[in-house]
Amino acid sequence: MSGVRVLVGTRKGAFVLTADGKRERWDVSGPHFAGWELYHVKGSPADPNRVYASQSSGWFGQLIQRSNDGGKSWEPVGNKFVYDGIPGTHMWYDDTPHPWEFKRVWHLEPSLTDPDTVYAGVEDAALFRSTDGAQTWEELSGLRKHGTGSSWQPGAGGMCLHTIILDPSHAERMYIAISAAGAFRTDDGGKTWKPINQGLRSQYIPDPDAEVGHCVHHMAMHRSRPEVLFMQKHWDVMRSDNAGDLWREVSGNLPTDFGFAIDVHAHEPETIYVVPIKSDSEHFPPDGKLRVFRSKTGGNEWEALTKGLPQQDCYVNVLRDAMAVDTLDSCGVYFGTTGGQVYASADAGENWAPIVRDLPAVLSVEVQTLP
Amino acid sequence: MILVVLPSHLKTLAQVSGDVQLEVQGGATVRSVLDALEARFPMLRGTIRDQVTLERRPFLRFFACEEDLSLASPDAPLPDAVVAGKEPFFIIGAIAGG
Repeated sequence: MSGVRVLVGTRKGAFVLTADGKRERWDVSGPHFAGWELYHVKGSPADPNRVYASQSSGWFGQLIQRSNDGGKSWEPVGNKFVYDGIPGTHMWYDDTPHPWEFKRVWHLEPSLTDPDTVYAGVEDAALFRSTDGAQTWEELSGLRKHGTGSSWQPGAGGMCLHTIILDPSHAERMYIAISAAGAFRTDDGGKTWKPINQGLRSQYIPDPDAEVGHCVHHMAMHRSRPEVLFMQKHWDVMRSDNAGDLWREVSGNLPTDFGFAIDVHAHEPETIYVVPIKSDSEHFPPDGKLRVFRSKTGGNEWEALTKGLPQQDCYVNVLRDAMAVDTLDSCGVYFGTTGGQVYASADAGENWAPIVRDLPAVLSVEVQTLP
Repeated sequence: MILVVLPSHLKTLAQVSGDVQLEVQGGATVRSVLDALEARFPMLRGTIRDQVTLERRPFLRFFACEEDLSLASPDAPLPDAVVAGKEPFFIIGAIAGG
């Protein structure tokens, strides 16, 4: 019988949650790497037993862990992330030049076809690639050097490259997003890049429709329509139908257009999910109600999904990499909160139940659908 | 033999339960001890000092014989008692955080 494996990164370790296809009874394994921050844990689409994890600490720096048995056992692999050449400077919060400094890996994106190839999005923003199972890393420096890098500025969480999307129909095409620089695309395997931020408007920068400087929080794509992208920006939910060349707002009737996470239904490319969060400084759900909003029309028209979610006194956040979907016939949707809950819906969001309630703050959630 | 005391997280990472005894070639210094430590436990590379600049990570300190050696030259000789294995070389993580 098929099943799912949910990979959870938290402030104090990683957890692996497994269930059969009914997704009712869960086995919880962990904490793995107890006490360390696990910004992201993700499995290879080409080999579900191969899993990569980003393990970091303010004391001991960055480690990368690799599993060949679906997260049961792990081995530390390469953690040498060195920028290509002299990295120069980007802009600091006060508009002064600031040296590029490696801090941590925010996101690991395994190749769609090769278990040994994996991409790493790091802070300060850059993209690295390994082709030997994460033993060694090389920067794809065309991104950082493409021309606007010296003007990038950090968001409140740091200048992080947090989103990497690989195009399943075009092996050389990849999308990334940086807070607070914006979205970028390569069509040649990472050699050259272009900003794809036309149509975004951000009132918090001097030129609201500047080429770069937008605080993109996350992006999502459905593999059947890789030219259609959805974006949760600092404010505004956006959509592009031409591979990011032009964006339009689809926030519609959302109670707030601020948020972090966004994802697409596994079988319905026009069905998307967000978790609206109150901003600017609160960063918790409006009115203390934890609600996932779903649009079946690719945006603009949204419905609140609340069954099984707390509808009073809830003041958690859902971070950008903390939502995922499985690919079972009845699409499962999962998200984790800074309060340590991981919620699952086995029916595309109609009904929710917590898998676990008391983990450390959840940083990331990924799902593997197992044969 | 030089006795090295690791922070608990690095013991877990290196898969050792107690203190580490290291054979150091030539004169024992902070640099040569860390070189020997990383050669025996490659998974510790980057966790104590930067892999390129070899600078100590900011939240770690090196103590021995009731002295803080963190700001001394990494090529300065270690105290005789450390070299003789009578006193340990401590790698200490800052007591901070939540």
